[in-house]
Amino acid sequence: MADRVLNVTDLTKRFGGFVALDSVNLHLDKGERLGLIGPNGSGKTTMINCISGSLFNDEGTVEFEGRDITSLPAHKRAHMGIARSFQIPKPFKSMTVLENLCIPLEFAAWDRADHRHISEQAMEILETIKFAERAHENSGSLTQVDMRKLELARALAAKPTLLVSDEAMAGLSSSEVDEILEILLVLNEQGVAVIMIEHIMRAVMRYSERIVVLDAGKKIADGSPDEVMHNPEVERAYLGE
Amino acid sequence: MKIDKFWLSVLVILIAGFAFTKLADNEFYFFTTYVVLQGLIMAVAWNILGGFTGYVNFGSAGFFAVGVYTTVALNKAFGLPLPVLLLAAGVICGLLGLAAGYLTLRLKGVYFAIATLATALVLETIVNNWKFVGGAAGTYVLQPKGSFIFDNYIELLFMLMLVLAVAATAISRYLSSSRIGQGLAAIRDDEVAAECMGVPTLRLKLISTTAMGALMGIAGAPFPFFVTFVDPVSAFALVIAVNAIAMPMIGGTAVWYGPVIGALLLGAIQETATVTISSELNLLIVGVMLVLFITLAPKGIVGLIQDYKKKKGANNG
Repeated sequence: MADRVLNVTDLTKRFGGFVALDSVNLHLDKGERLGLIGPNGSGKTTMINCISGSLFNDEGTVEFEGRDITSLPAHKRAHMGIARSFQIPKPFKSMTVLENLCIPLEFAAWDRADHRHISEQAMEILETIKFAERAHENSGSLTQVDMRKLELARALAAKPTLLVSDEAMAGLSSSEVDEILEILLVLNEQGVAVIMIEHIMRAVMRYSERIVVLDAGKKIADGSPDEVMHNPEVERAYLGE
Repeated sequence: MKIDKFWLSVLVILIAGFAFTKLADNEFYFFTTYVVLQGLIMAVAWNILGGFTGYVNFGSAGFFAVGVYTTVALNKAFGLPLPVLLLAAGVICGLLGLAAGYLTLRLKGVYFAIATLATALVLETIVNNWKFVGGAAGTYVLQPKGSFIFDNYIELLFMLMLVLAVAATAISRYLSSSRIGQGLAAIRDDEVAAECMGVPTLRLKLISTTAMGALMGIAGAPFPFFVTFVDPVSAFALVIAVNAIAMPMIGGTAVWYGPVIGALLLGAIQETATVTISSELNLLIVGVMLVLFITLAPKGIVGLIQDYKKKKGANNG
């Protein structure tokens, strides 16, 4: 249990009468790579919103490194080490790429990182993911793939123990998918546990050590990529009866 | 000891202002600069929330007027000295700003702007019906006797306004250059992303709205002694709210000195027009300038200069 990073118990989230998540259990160990998949509308994004604190769940608990964080606001969770990237990139448009990274360094990672040389630290992060050549560009005018990279770089700058990546590869070309995967692997090598939400099965299968499948707000499978792919319930969810 | 350029200029400005009170003997100069400085404080205050944080306040006149009427009410009830009245106006309008800050939890963008406008209207209605401070008919306020080390009260008010304007600018400069300013900029660009990057968005928004409210209240507090007759029409004047938005927009909202440049420029033009043509022209001037800047130079004068420098740098390199 000591190595457990995230423990979600009986998580339920309703929007009015619609049950988006129905008593979902999920756990993640230190440095683990988890793929979270499911058809559209199955509750994946709601799930990570509840984990990162963008939404509050109605029932159940979220524990991070053994602490109950169910009622903590998103910025406190970020301070503790939960970072996320957004499905639709949300760069700080008035800032350069480098300045974008300074925000999490000055806030989320403030208690855990060196307070000096903030922009040097940001530069180092950009170098580790081979993105340094864009450092001084305006973040609002980046290409799609570069915006996705910025999302991940910014999440990395929060010095997280858990990264939740929400469809970082949607709409990218095959070689671009490989570039993003590379970044996620670098992150993971640094000991960051990763939850990856993705529709691109090739990427999910290659990256994940374990896969969880959601369907209509319920968890229907949890296991190694091979097990999950041969699970009849998963086939039914994706292909129908 | 190392003194940075900003504080050196502050010192020079204050000394020059004081010398001005001793050298100039035409009261007109003090009346004019008072109005410009009042606009400057309002613009700097508006920009802390509007420019740095990205929440547009249409109700600046409401905050200003609450400052004005705090003075009117407390002066009439207890005859308190001016410094105490300033402090009281700052505290009351700061609290009003704090309340506006909690509004941002539910209201974003244009809805927040509408709420601030509505708040100003509600406040005006209350004052219109508050007999103690004169209601809709207005009230006379006597200037206190004695003018400290100055020859007359208007010189004192001018010097006070100069000190307040410098202080407001220093506060705005501090906010924009500190970690708070970084966080506010992140909120302006994307509030959800900012929160997820660890920015305590609510706390920073409350700091921003409270600072804005307090500064606007303080800008209004000496106003009754300046005009000596106060009614809701002059305290809640449209031109106050419009100037507070137009000055930062014309100067440039992204940096602390933007509203200062805008206020000095627009204020000077307005005051010149008042003397040479007519005071009715003020709103028209603001309107035309605002439209021109929003369409042609949305980043204001500061933005124009930055673009020019960039272009020049690109041509040279």
